[in-house]
Amino acid sequence: MTSIDRDTSWPEISFEERIGTAEFRIHERAHIVVDGDTCRGCSTRECVIACPANLFVPTSDGGILFNYENCFECGTCYMVCNKEGAISWSYPEGGFGIVFHRT
Amino acid sequence: MSDADVIVVGAGPAGSCAAIAAARAGRRVILIERGPFPGSKNMYGGVVYPRILDELVPRWWETAPIQRWVVRRSTMVLSETGALTVDYRSNAWGEPPYNGATAYRPDFDEWLSRQAVAAGAQLVTSTTVTGLLRDASGRVTGVRTDRPDGDLTASVVIACDGVNSFLAKEAGLYTATDPSNFTLGAKETLALPKHVIDERFGVRDDQGVDIEILGGTSGVNGGGFVYTNLDTIALGVVLKLPKLAAQKKRPEEIIATLKAHPAIAPLIEGAEVKEYSAHVIPEAGYSMMPTMVTDGMLVAGDAAALCLAAGIWLEGVNFAMASGMYAGDAAAAAVARNDVSTKSLSAYSDRLNATFVLRDHKKLRKVPGLVLSDRVQQKYPAFVTSVVERVFRVDNPQPKPGLRRIVREERKRAGIKLSQLIRDGWTGLRGFG
Repeated sequence: MTSIDRDTSWPEISFEERIGTAEFRIHERAHIVVDGDTCRGCSTRECVIACPANLFVPTSDGGILFNYENCFECGTCYMVCNKEGAISWSYPEGGFGIVFHRT
Repeated sequence: MSDADVIVVGAGPAGSCAAIAAARAGRRVILIERGPFPGSKNMYGGVVYPRILDELVPRWWETAPIQRWVVRRSTMVLSETGALTVDYRSNAWGEPPYNGATAYRPDFDEWLSRQAVAAGAQLVTSTTVTGLLRDASGRVTGVRTDRPDGDLTASVVIACDGVNSFLAKEAGLYTATDPSNFTLGAKETLALPKHVIDERFGVRDDQGVDIEILGGTSGVNGGGFVYTNLDTIALGVVLKLPKLAAQKKRPEEIIATLKAHPAIAPLIEGAEVKEYSAHVIPEAGYSMMPTMVTDGMLVAGDAAALCLAAGIWLEGVNFAMASGMYAGDAAAAAVARNDVSTKSLSAYSDRLNATFVLRDHKKLRKVPGLVLSDRVQQKYPAFVTSVVERVFRVDNPQPKPGLRRIVREERKRAGIKLSQLIRDGWTGLRGFG
């Protein structure tokens, strides 16, 4: 889908298309685990705004849905999280996860 | 006998330079990288200044995978609709021995790792280090990896494991992780034909442009950048973590707003997103640095927060390469004298202190905080651009107002007290030393 917005003229892309430009080699083990119960009591939910890969999605029942698969492994989420221990963060298995492009 | 004299964790610029230095000194070196190839996990907002490589890789510019040599260095201050740019050009920077360059990190880091392999280091990719091995005294004796039977022992471990450095944290070298010391960098690599980039940025051949931006980040403290690769433009924002969520605007939305700014939009018109990427930056400089040395272990590069975010100077890869090289030298010497205690390894921190690595950081230690402060971020861009707007606007038949009057009126309009302006100016002048 292409649209012209104000004085800009580049193709607007959906978030799915955006994240689809990066390569992720997905391992079956989740390297980040989010404790949804702890998140239920969270009032700030900065991860939802801050995660550049948009991996934290609020659910209608007040929880947080998290998907590790398209993770940049940047560390933003555990740093902005105000609930001690809600996010268990580690790196993916060797060879897996984000692979930035060579030329 | 241990598996290696020196294990280097992370084959980024710090790790590869550490491995080159230690291997050249005759030590047995294992260089471990968790990605499928060195550089695959790495991105940055800009420019590499490889001068420090003159010692390690003479005539590096003949083989390094450079995109463009930076001949135009611009600092841009953005208000909502205005832009003030200070632009310096030197075509001499586009000729040997060069100054700064743009490069894709997966290209550059892999190239540097090949220099380590050529020096005799053993590169092991697709292997994640999951923890440290330590003896009863607490001395680091190796690393645990995610390979089956993956423990590897060494006399010295050099942690070049990046901004999140779980190894430095595990070794107790950081006291705490304060999110206000970090920024998130989010970037789009935008595809355009080379001749279009050349025309829009006023360069030719392998000449490139680096634009650093204050303002334009939708009220989130941080900054922006635009720089030219051969046939892509990299455009991104750097956002202070604790403030990021306050404006309820996601990183890619902040990028979209920057792209739509009247001073930026014409540069990137028609460009498609080739790759979206993100990484965290250790932004706070000297005040956030860990202890660099412990028994059996050294820390270098982003893992040691050796990233200089000082407004007009934004450097990291050079600090990583230098600290890695000095760590490799110190580790090799400590192994040679069969003493890898903190005292023996502290030749590393002595060298950091004696060279630009910590001299720059100490001199500029007040600058990162000033640059990311609320006044510099929220008030000064509008103040500065509106002063310039009035200076250059011709309001005939009105006579020109005096410069002092414009500054006074615009300062008041921006809500900046004179005392604050003087204090920040003084901090800036002293900070830039």
